[in-house]
Amino acid sequence: MNWSKATRRERKEWTFAFLLLTPALFMLVVFVFYPFLKGLWLSVIDKEIARPGVFIGLKNFIKLWNDEIFQRTAQNTILYTIAATILKLGIGMVVALLLNQIIKFKRIIRASMLLPWIVPTVLSTLAWKWMFDPTFSVINFFLFHLGMINKQVSWLGGPVIALTSVIIVNAWRGMPFFAITLLAGLQTINPALYEAAAIDGASGWQRFWNVTWPLLMPVTMVVVLFSVIMTFADFQLVYILTGGGPANSTHLFATYAYQIGIATGKISEGAAASLAMFPFLFLVVIFQLWYIRRGEEVKEKVKRK
Amino acid sequence: MAMVLGRRWKKWLYLYLPLGAILIGTLFPFYWMGLTAFRPDRDLYVPWNKPNFNPFWTLRPTLEHLAFLFKETLFARWLLNTLFIALLSTGISLFCGLLAGYAIARLRFPLAGPLGTWIFVTYLVPPTLLFIPLGEVVRTFHLGDTPWALILTYPTFLIPFCTWLLMGYFRTIPKELEECAQIDGASRLQAMVHIVFPLAVPGILSAGIFAFTLSWNEFLYALVFISSVSHKTVPVGVVSELVRGDTFFWGSLMAGALMGSVPVAFIYSFFVEHYVSALTGAVKG
Repeated sequence: MNWSKATRRERKEWTFAFLLLTPALFMLVVFVFYPFLKGLWLSVIDKEIARPGVFIGLKNFIKLWNDEIFQRTAQNTILYTIAATILKLGIGMVVALLLNQIIKFKRIIRASMLLPWIVPTVLSTLAWKWMFDPTFSVINFFLFHLGMINKQVSWLGGPVIALTSVIIVNAWRGMPFFAITLLAGLQTINPALYEAAAIDGASGWQRFWNVTWPLLMPVTMVVVLFSVIMTFADFQLVYILTGGGPANSTHLFATYAYQIGIATGKISEGAAASLAMFPFLFLVVIFQLWYIRRGEEVKEKVKRK
Repeated sequence: MAMVLGRRWKKWLYLYLPLGAILIGTLFPFYWMGLTAFRPDRDLYVPWNKPNFNPFWTLRPTLEHLAFLFKETLFARWLLNTLFIALLSTGISLFCGLLAGYAIARLRFPLAGPLGTWIFVTYLVPPTLLFIPLGEVVRTFHLGDTPWALILTYPTFLIPFCTWLLMGYFRTIPKELEECAQIDGASRLQAMVHIVFPLAVPGILSAGIFAFTLSWNEFLYALVFISSVSHKTVPVGVVSELVRGDTFFWGSLMAGALMGSVPVAFIYSFFVEHYVSALTGAVKG
């Protein structure tokens, strides 16, 4: 399609399309594309809150690479992403399968299940912080009376237990999203397939593994990839629950970038720390685009047949 | 008879029991938030291992934390700020998303495909990737510490979402309807505004509700771009003004958390089906 060969009608349509796209593109260019370029520039200068900064090449990245806290941060982020995603997928799948069998009170149960996903994350995370409070923890009360602990557990006190607690809260908040989307996927599966499998003598587990799981794969992939991106780039949970502590042991990329760039005022180093997320995010997005396109090609082929 | 009983028993064991347990786990933090908000301080700060103490109930509910929130902090102001910002940024995003979504779904022009992909990719850009340079951009435009810093930046994650959702919605509306209108002498623009948009109202509603809750819940940009107490939004105000150093005012913190959650939960409870369709629609893309 090119302008000089186009008919008058086509030109009219192109102009109309261009006009309709202008507001959206304007906003995205000014507030996404331009900041991205600006971020790239910031990461190669040494700007601080009271200093304009000069070009220093990759020094910010080299400094981060050798920074022990940053290395720890990278490990934490990977661990956090993997563990939380597995938990969310596992529990979300179970919940979706259970919800799919419910007949009574379907709407109200589904609605309450989604609450953690609806409510402002920061506010529900504050409730968790209060539940984790070392002296007044209701979780400790509960476990103590069940006889599972006999002394105080400080849920955010040590590096390992604090990261575990944050992962649990992330799974709590993100699980409903998995459950509801997977449920929507489950409802598109033709019940005749299960009947056929049951006639062939397939057990419940076999039916799940050979019918449900493969048919649910496209939806699962999209949810998992989306969730991986958002978990990897998470900020709020760690900021509220641990603030990166104790002793900078539970930072994620985003909270560490905030600490350097905003709290300490080393804008350039902070920008570099958050750009460190880019390569991984880029790979996930590419993979996701590839997966969606492949799905569409398969659909086309099926249609042609 | 025995078999029927056995089946019912099985249903309890494999369905109701696990589902009930998960539901309790999902909802308990909200119960705890609500309980704390109405519990007097002397009931609140009781060590967990004190004997004969029941933390799950209070016999002396109080409104002191709520009163503190509205009298001693700018909570009412924060609520208004959040509402104003969420409404405006949702409006802007719906406007941009409607036009762009229609163009990509319905019009034939060069680059339609790549543009669709590009908008989808922006949808996947997490706010944490760009918040530092975006803060610089906001400052260059002299928007720092004003509501406009948020009203204009929230659309960065709302527009891609709205466009994507509405694109899908427009595709379900038969093209013939528009073509008929055009044969009757309507222009493309008229057909779009008078035929397609009214039919897309459910889609617009889904996108709008979802966008509204997303901007109501936003935290990072509001934390970084706003510094005056009177310009803060609820999530940031509660966190920054009710925590003093290491002192947490748990009663009023939970009262604030409750008051900040109720509006979204309320809207959501009315439009839950729309919300779910937006959620799943966005994922199916």
